[in-house]
Formats: sequence, structure tokens, C-alpha cells
Amino acid sequence: MSVTIQETDTKTAQNTTATRRVSGSEAILEIFLKEGVETLFGYPGGAIMPLYDVLYHYNDPLKHILVRHEQCSVHAAQGYARVSGKTGVVLSTSGPGATNLVTGLADAMIDSTPVVCITGQVFAPLLGTDAFQETDIINITSPVTKWSYQITDAEEIPAVLSKAFYIAASGRPGPVLIDITKNAQVQEFDFAYEKCEHIRSYRPKPVVRKEYVEQAAALINSAQKPMVIFGQGVILGNAEEEFRSFIEKGGLPAAWTVLGLSALDTDHPLNVGMLGMHGNYAPNVMTNECDVLIAVGMRFDDRVTGRLDKYAKQAKVVHLDIDPAEIDKNVKADVPVWGDCKETLPMLTKLIEEKKHTEWVAQFKELAKKEDEVCIKKELYPETDVLSMGEVVRILNEITGGDAVIVSDVGQHQMVACRYAKFKKSKSNVTSGGLGTMGFGLPAAIGAKLGAPEREVIAVVGDGGIQMTIQELGTIMQNNIGVKILILNNHYLGMVRQWQELFMQRRYSFTDIESPDFVKLASAYDIASARVEQRDQLKAALEAMVKHEGSYLLEVKVGRENNVFPMVPQGCSVSEIRLS
Amino acid sequence: MKQEYTITVYTEDRVGMVGRLANIFSRRKINIEYLNTAPSEVQGIHRFTIVIQETHEAVQKLVRQIEKQVDVLKAYFHTEEEVIWQEMGLFKVPSESITEKVKVERLLHEYGARAIAIRKDYIVFEATGHREEIDRLVKFFEPFGLIEFVRGARVAIIKKSTGFHEKVKEFERKQPAENFEINSIPEDQSVFSL
Repeated sequence: MSVTIQETDTKTAQNTTATRRVSGSEAILEIFLKEGVETLFGYPGGAIMPLYDVLYHYNDPLKHILVRHEQCSVHAAQGYARVSGKTGVVLSTSGPGATNLVTGLADAMIDSTPVVCITGQVFAPLLGTDAFQETDIINITSPVTKWSYQITDAEEIPAVLSKAFYIAASGRPGPVLIDITKNAQVQEFDFAYEKCEHIRSYRPKPVVRKEYVEQAAALINSAQKPMVIFGQGVILGNAEEEFRSFIEKGGLPAAWTVLGLSALDTDHPLNVGMLGMHGNYAPNVMTNECDVLIAVGMRFDDRVTGRLDKYAKQAKVVHLDIDPAEIDKNVKADVPVWGDCKETLPMLTKLIEEKKHTEWVAQFKELAKKEDEVCIKKELYPETDVLSMGEVVRILNEITGGDAVIVSDVGQHQMVACRYAKFKKSKSNVTSGGLGTMGFGLPAAIGAKLGAPEREVIAVVGDGGIQMTIQELGTIMQNNIGVKILILNNHYLGMVRQWQELFMQRRYSFTDIESPDFVKLASAYDIASARVEQRDQLKAALEAMVKHEGSYLLEVKVGRENNVFPMVPQGCSVSEIRLS
Repeated sequence: MKQEYTITVYTEDRVGMVGRLANIFSRRKINIEYLNTAPSEVQGIHRFTIVIQETHEAVQKLVRQIEKQVDVLKAYFHTEEEVIWQEMGLFKVPSESITEKVKVERLLHEYGARAIAIRKDYIVFEATGHREEIDRLVKFFEPFGLIEFVRGARVAIIKKSTGFHEKVKEFERKQPAENFEINSIPEDQSVFSL
């Protein structure tokens, strides 16, 4: 098969008037500038050296952040993309540099994050010879990239990179990997660039069918007990306002997935909390009580649905999604509203009747009260001397007022952070939802701080997760990145331990984890730090952390065997949610 | 209930396309029974014919995942009744036994086979038909010392299809035409990506 990019090739050909003779590497960096890229996350190595050599001269317009491990370059790019709405860009070398990207790509793929990764590759004639640092990264990453392409000729660079940026950010976003052989990086050619606006084999947004919007509106209007569940689609579509108008007009209680968090103010009267395994009691129970379930930009992940054959069986399901493959994938939709929710939500809002559903919404509040009494109070205001993760997050809310970007890692602290952190602004919650990547938090926080330098960025991490990517303290040190690192240390791999306690008769198989002295470690990296073990010092310590100019690490010793509740045990229905 | 489905995929002519599509099946532990890929009637566009045994629901989800691939223009799935399909077999048999013991003329007529190469030591026959017909011929040749047999991947024409030339024109437009068939209800698999 040939390797030409037909439709875009012709475009470039028409645009030959504005050509300039440059090397492949220079073309790549010029394209970055034309695509509005400001920050790069990367790590140099043999096969990408020509690009880094040219980058030496672009250091002013392009800020390059040298990470300490390639996996973290993707996580940082993800954090950057999630808070800024822009595409994160990664540079990496071939071989191990490229394979180290895989976890990050998988994370970005499942969490629909726009990232463009450029990997160096051995000289084209060496492909397939097991050359030094040669690896077949295109095939290795094929299942975890939205699109990928190997460039062996510099002439291909403009057309392929314009497609890469277009594909990564449009439709349902995702990671794109472009592998560029070393010869193409040094090869000179006549460069001209045109942004990609259309690819014939790719329709980023399905055409909205009015009749489905009408059917959806009719269902919502007829509903006595409607409930909205929303995910990251609202954030990715920049449709927070449209979403709010929709639920406010319809008087629709709305619950969020972990990735949908922060799209709607925590304190909004119609915000009824978090869905899923460690979500709130009311929305889980009410999923199996409502008569119309309206899913907006979410994909019915198993952590959200619990047991599928007992999930919302009584309800008519309306599913709004930009990705046609999500319709009917896990939960059958009675009305599929394909399209960008930025377009479909206002259409729907126009057609629905103004309602309050006062009694129905009050039922959520009733159940919330029950959860409050059984779980939340003792988590946020513990009566024992042992510090809880929840109270740390509660005090943090008081200090930040819900204005901070909260980046969490994976595990108990993540669930606690998502459950209790307050948000007033969208794009403020960054976490690894689908892949559940331990080690995501610290590098993602680095990216988030660079994506929103004016905002307070707090990485809430566990003692396990931070040790997976702790080398990134070096990145923070070298680049003076003012992230706050809040380690909730329970001396266990807490979530696994919780399952061992609940479902494996307390056989704590290899979940007891030792940590270095984080405070000393931080000081080795020249990062201000402190440790708290007593409640009476907690607030002051958190205040000191937030007030501190520049990066800061605070370790809080929390209860060793605290559990996160409520919980929908695996294999159970959402309505079988346990409060203790 | 699992049954045979023929999946037809129109893709850009790209390196690595086979791998990307194969991943979609292998990830779900679905075995591909037949896979044929070749240039389609439209220049620059490849056509894949993939045959699997699956349930209607599973194949519908699969096809959506296939269509989600950036370089895929369109994917369809059909039951056996909805397509006209053929397989091809090539049979290499020893000249001696076949000419001595078989009335070759009868063979050629009855099975619709053709002799496409005749050598001193072997003859290569070709036959096209449904799977059972090819299988029958294998059985027939076996007693005569069938040396080698190869089955070509299935190809299928979609009964309802009006070809792909017009569709490509729509794909090339930035916005699809108002009256063009667009995404449809989930049951109707004819189109959903435009």
C-alpha cells in the first residue's frame, strides 16, 4: 500500500506560493507555532536529537519541560490539556523513550484527552533491522491511540502533522502518535503549511438528527422522575453553560461521573452528587428509581453502572454523545441523541417544558441526609484522634474556596478528593478516571500548573502513587513549577487494602508499603515541605501550603485502615450501595 | 445467537490498516474466519471483507468501533442472505492418478472446476463457489493424492448496495448534503457516521 496522504497532499500542492526550504525538524517546530503550541513536555534521545537541536533555537516561543520519565511527559501533557482545553504536546525518542509513553497514551485514550506525541525513529533504511533503540511503536500503540502515522520523508510532515492536531482535538478527543525517522528530521524540503479542516474518512461530529432531539424532549416532558447523569463530554464540548440552562429549565437533578466533576458547581441546587462505586448514595439509588435517565457525554463505565442487568431497567434512556460507538455499547438507549452536546443541549433546552420536580428533587436530598449521617459526618468531622482524608479535603475547601485545580492520583484519596472537593469552575478536576493510573497525579499536576499558571494547583496523592512517579520532583525543582503536593499517607496501598479487608478476609497481601521520609526527600529537591500528624496543626499546615509561593510538599499522616464509603461492591447493582 | 456475518469495510489505502482493524477483533477475542483486502471499485480506497461468527449485537458494536477508526470511511455488516458471496479454491493433484482414475471432463462439468495449469507431474484445478462446494471438491481430490490445496478468502457483494462512488463524494464534502442518508436509528445499520 502506498503512503501518500491524498487529499491533504493536493492542498499543500496548491499552496506552494508560500514555501520555504527548511529541515524536517524546523518544519515540525514551525507547525507547533502555527498550531498555537506554547509548551512541550519531553525527553531527548538519539533518534530525536535533530529535532532537539533545532529546538535549541526555539526555546523562546516554545517552552520545553524536561521531565524525568517519558510516561510523565504524557501525563503532564494530559494535565495541561485538561485544564487549558488545548492540545498537549510530547516529544520523545525511539525505543525505550517511545515504549515508556504507552501508559500515558492508554490513559489519554480512555479519558479522551487531546495529546500529540512526536517520537523519533531510527533512519528509514534501518527500519525492521533491530537497529539500536528501534521499536515498532506504531503497532505497539495502535490500540491506545486515536490515530498514528510513521513519517519517513520530510515532505509528509506538514500534511501529517496538520491531521494529527486536527484529529487529536476534534470530535471525541484522543492521543495521536507521529513517529518520525531521523532522516526525515534532517531532510530539507519546501515547506508550506495549511491547517487541516476536513478528512474524508473522519467525521468528528455526527450530524444532529432533529427527530431524536424531539423524541428526547417529549420523553423528558412526560417524565415524572427524570434524572440527568453527565460526564466529561460536557467539559470537552465547552458546554457547561448550555448544560446548566438545560437542567435548570427542566428542574432536572444531575449527577456526575468522576470525569464530569467540576462541569457543574458543587453547590448548585440540582447537583445531586457523584455516581458509581464510591459515589453518593442518592444518585446511585435513584438511578434505579427514575423514569427517564438522560445521559450527557458519558459512557456508562462499569464503575458507574455496577451490575448492568440491574441498571436503570425501569427507566427510558436518552443518551447524548458525540461518539456513535458509545450508543448502546453498555446501556441500550431508547433515544440516541448523537452530536456535540454544545449543539444538542440548547436544542433540547428549547423544546423542554419549564418544570421544578420539587418533590422528586427533595427525595434526593432525603437520601443525601441519610448518607450524611451514616458516612459523611464521620469522614469530614471524625470523632477519633485519627486524621481522615475527608477532613483534610474539607479544610482545603475552606482555604481555597473551591477555586483550586485539584489533581488526584488513584486510590482511596482519589475517591475522597472527588467526593468532597468543592468546585466553582469547570476544568478544575484532573484525575485518571478510566485507566486508573497510579502515578498520574504528580506529573499531571505539573502539566496543569503550566496550563493554568494563574490558578492554584494542588496534587492530592497517596503514599503509593507518588512513589511511582516521584522522580518528577526533579522536574518541579528545575522548572520552578509552583504545584502543591498533598500526600495523604496511610502507609498502605489503601484501596486494595480496603478490598482485602472487605472481600478477602483481611489478607493484606503486599499492600503494606513503606515510604521514604517525604519531607527530607522534598528538601533534597529544594522543595519546601512539612509533615502533619495532629489535628490541631492541620489547618495551619494546609494554609501554609496554599500560601507558599512556589512548590510545596505537605505530608499528612491519616488513619491507616480508614475505608471509603459508600461503596457499590463489584458485581452488585447500584441500588445495593452500602453505606458502611 | 451467533451466526455468520460478513463485514465490509471501506478504508483509506494506508500502511498498518490491517493491524488497526485486526486489533478491534483480537481485543475482544473474536476470531476472524476470512479476511480479504484489496483495492475497491473506487481508486485509492481499499475494501476489506471480513467474516466472523457472532451475535447481532456484538457485530453491531464491532462495526461501530471499526467505523470509529480515523482512516475508515464506512463499515457494513450483513448476514449470509444479504450478500452474494464466493470462495475460490486451488487444488494441486498428481497428473498420473487424476488422469488415470478420473474422468476429468466429468469433474470439470460437475464441479465447475477449471484446469489452470497442466504439467507432467501435476495439474492445478481452480473452482469457485460456496464453502460446501469447495469442501466437496477437497473430499473428491483427497483419494487421488491431493498435494496442495489453498482456499481464497471470501468475497461478497452486498445485494442492497448501490456502490461506493457516490458515497465517497459525500465523504469528501465538508458538510454532508441535507438529503443524504445520515446517522440513523441504532437498529438501522445502513449508515451512522455521516
